[in-house]
Amino acid sequence: MRRALWVLAVLLSHWRRHKMQFATLLIGLIAATALWSGVQAINQQARNAYDRAAATFGGARTPMLVAPDAATFPQELFVKLRRAGWPVSPMLEGRIQVNGRSVRLLGIEPVTLPVDVGNAPRLGAADLSNFIAPPGQTLVARETLNDLQEQEGAAPAISSGAKLPPLRVLPQLVPDVLVVDIGVAQRLLNKPEQISRLLIGKPRGKPAPLASVVGDRLQRVEPNAETELERLTDSFHLNLTAFGLLSFFVGLFIVNSAVGLAFEQRLPMLRTLRACGASARLVNTVLVVELVALSLVAGLIGLACGYFIAAALLPDVAASLRGLYGAQIPGQLSLRPEWWLAGIGISIAGALAAAATSLIKAVRMPVLATAQPRAWQQRQRRWLILQSGAACAVFAVALLLLQYGQSLIAGFGVLAALMLGAALILPAFLDIILRTGQRFARQPLALWFWADSRQQLSGLSLALMALLLALAVNVGVSTMVETFSRTFVGWLDGRLAADVYISASDNAKGVAIRNWLKERSDVQAILSGGRAEAQVQGQPVELLGLPDHALYRERWPLLEAAPRAWTQLIPGNAAFISEQLSRRLNVRVGDVIDVPAPGGTWELDIVGIYADYGNPKGQLAVNVAALIRQFPQTPQTRIGLIVAKENIPGLIAALQKQFALDDRSVADQATVKAESIRIFNRTFAVTSALNAFTLGVAGIALLTSLLTLANSRLPQLAPLWAIGITRPRLAAIELTKTLSVALFTSLLAVPLGLLVAWCLITIVNVKAFGWRLPFHVFPLQLVELVAVALFASLLAALLPMIRLARMQPASLVKVFANER
Amino acid sequence: MLSIRNLSKTFSSAGEPVHVLRGVDLDLKAGERVALTGESGSGKSTLLHLIAGLDAADSGTIRLEDTEVTKLSDAGRAGLRRDRIGLVFQQYNLIPSLSVGDNLVFQARIAGRYDAAWYKELIERLGLGGLLKRYPEQLSGGQQQRVAIGRALATKPSLLLADEPTGNLDEATAEDVLALTRDLVTRTGCGFLMVTHSLHLAATLDRHVNLHAGRIA
Repeated sequence: MRRALWVLAVLLSHWRRHKMQFATLLIGLIAATALWSGVQAINQQARNAYDRAAATFGGARTPMLVAPDAATFPQELFVKLRRAGWPVSPMLEGRIQVNGRSVRLLGIEPVTLPVDVGNAPRLGAADLSNFIAPPGQTLVARETLNDLQEQEGAAPAISSGAKLPPLRVLPQLVPDVLVVDIGVAQRLLNKPEQISRLLIGKPRGKPAPLASVVGDRLQRVEPNAETELERLTDSFHLNLTAFGLLSFFVGLFIVNSAVGLAFEQRLPMLRTLRACGASARLVNTVLVVELVALSLVAGLIGLACGYFIAAALLPDVAASLRGLYGAQIPGQLSLRPEWWLAGIGISIAGALAAAATSLIKAVRMPVLATAQPRAWQQRQRRWLILQSGAACAVFAVALLLLQYGQSLIAGFGVLAALMLGAALILPAFLDIILRTGQRFARQPLALWFWADSRQQLSGLSLALMALLLALAVNVGVSTMVETFSRTFVGWLDGRLAADVYISASDNAKGVAIRNWLKERSDVQAILSGGRAEAQVQGQPVELLGLPDHALYRERWPLLEAAPRAWTQLIPGNAAFISEQLSRRLNVRVGDVIDVPAPGGTWELDIVGIYADYGNPKGQLAVNVAALIRQFPQTPQTRIGLIVAKENIPGLIAALQKQFALDDRSVADQATVKAESIRIFNRTFAVTSALNAFTLGVAGIALLTSLLTLANSRLPQLAPLWAIGITRPRLAAIELTKTLSVALFTSLLAVPLGLLVAWCLITIVNVKAFGWRLPFHVFPLQLVELVAVALFASLLAALLPMIRLARMQPASLVKVFANER
Repeated sequence: MLSIRNLSKTFSSAGEPVHVLRGVDLDLKAGERVALTGESGSGKSTLLHLIAGLDAADSGTIRLEDTEVTKLSDAGRAGLRRDRIGLVFQQYNLIPSLSVGDNLVFQARIAGRYDAAWYKELIERLGLGGLLKRYPEQLSGGQQQRVAIGRALATKPSLLLADEPTGNLDEATAEDVLALTRDLVTRTGCGFLMVTHSLHLAATLDRHVNLHAGRIA
């Protein structure tokens, strides 16, 4: 043991003398662990939220009985089933407005609530009586309480004027939900004696068959292992994971570079240790122990950084998930022990993987081999050929996946193969460029410039690969986001046809507003809409009622349409389908779709497909009058108005005064558009942050490579200094060399990034979100990104260059004195 | 103490076998100081490496005291070097990241044979007192070689093997270093086998053997 400790002390002494290399190793490991763990923390937080949502008093994780048309049904069915031995518990669900904010109201019957309802928050015996007995309680999550700007114990009024029972915080509850006794819910939602669903507990004995008790009025829905929300958000989390993985690999590039160089520098030390009697097994074991110990320390620091990264990104991610999928993620980060253990594990595994080549070399190292401190550079040519061959093989895999892959994973596979292939072939490309430069160079210094750049390439290639990948991802994602942004703004212009939008709290108020508006001369047209919900082929679908008005025909954008599509919509047996739903259901123009409605099946011919960006639900657009005929309970609370621009402020002020409407309930087109664009920008804020992180890590990779190389480059620089080239000039030449290879790399990253953008737009986005965007290139943005990459390279190169410019002549003289 | 019988070693160079040692026989008594000379490529260093267990012989035997080196495993040979052999190289092979003081003791520490009094004496005899906190790169060649000799003798080995220890030093420094080594070898009573090109230095030891074409001449 003491022997091992001494060997460890000797090995560690290397780092004491090479502090920058040590810092490089730690930074690489910390960056890799931090970014990976940060992303995992966010994913875990989101999944926990989905679990909570799924488990909320019988979400998708509980078997239940529902009406076939997804409407409410009479309470008497519950009584019948209980009498027949069915362990069911009633629930009523609806939406209410509290303080101008729309929230989900759940009415439960706590006495019959099955004890095995998922991870549902339990009500203790004491709480139970408070919950049931008047005035009752409204259970609410802390986040929702804050959103509603209410205090615990308060009894806020809903939009109808009725009061909620006093609010009580239940920590386990999902956000955006209020839970009350079912009797209270029936009163608040104005649905007396009505039930939305019956949750099924574990039966004791064998109850009578369902059909014999309720006929075909109810059907059983089995619990889902994966909820709709989880399915929808899978792609988003896969995106995040891909980003995390990329940053992790960029971090490992740094580790690999640092460990590789350290190994070469420590070769004489290892041989001396062996010559002094430390066995190969002992030395190799201690090398592994040293690496594991370092990765443990770095892993812990990385985890702490990962926590902060996750905490910083979480609000943006939550905004993205809310914007894209309507998922509610609490903003407070809470982590499980598995996250910490997995983080440490990934740090150790990553370090061992990055150091595998060096460790294998150490195991196989003959004790008498002559020292080859720069052998890894000399072997570059053979490696270039091997790497290029591997790159071609990886490109072939990308082509195969592109040709035959159907899934989202295959889409990511194409992206990964493209980037890996490009990274592998980069050194060969750069070698060709530098060799060409060398061939045409005439001046001796220029000749040396190109030749030395080539010689330096092997030491820098890993960092340059990291730069290539980071920049390509930046170009790809930025192009995709910019394309999306421009398409979205154009689409909004078309979709937001009306000049003023009103959202009434209920039907009665809607009717009153419409009657009042009809009397106003400044209102050119009143466009009443409506929304209903249904299940089509197992998918939740929103039915959007559109009024028949010329404005829609002129401005509502359709991606595909049958002849006279708008006219076909009027009778009520035709619909437009949103792009994502058409992909999900594999429905095209000319197909027919069956929608279960309260009065029976509603058969709709599909006469058009429209883009519906940002809507997590599939949507069918139908004539509003037809919608109300099929779904009589459709609230008619949404009203659009056509008003001359100069009359808008006056009309809004009058509406607010007459009907006590707040800013959420009445808004002009410009406000709605600005709010939509703000939500859109927030949605992609996390992408921008991850982009910046990835580029930052690549910059660190370049900096650390340059710093570790700086010292070993003295023998190349000293002869030039000896023949009269000043140190500042040498430093300037070194800087130019670094910037040149960074520029070549950046220029190669641009076409690669555009290819990445094309993959994202035409493969990944279509699979993930269900919509396909037109592909655009933004030259100014590309110039900007290349400039940022070069600036990062300049920053990375500056420190080693300043050190070189200020280097004492004695350090350079030592090269000739053979005393280094 | 050291007995070598019929020792052979062949290397392969560009696919052709090169017979470096062709049946070497050599004996060394306890405390005896022997110089091994021969032209370049005669197999001097190879013989030294085989004795130290840095490489394995093709045939023949090497016996150090009661141990047959040629029958030892890699770990066994490492143990032998650690406990009973001191090695000095032409290139010093000090550990650049350790101070002079740490370089001096680390083999003795690894072997578990650290002796504070002997360490102090070594420092004094080698004249390294003022250099203990320095690093190898801050020393001259002669100073580095003195540290290497100190490190090799810190374990009080049975046998000190030196491969051209003065090859990088000027004549005066070489003589000083060798004089110090002779002194310390006498003090510890270990055997000493030194490879050298210098007949002058070889003459200062008890015996001189010449290796020619892979055999003791």
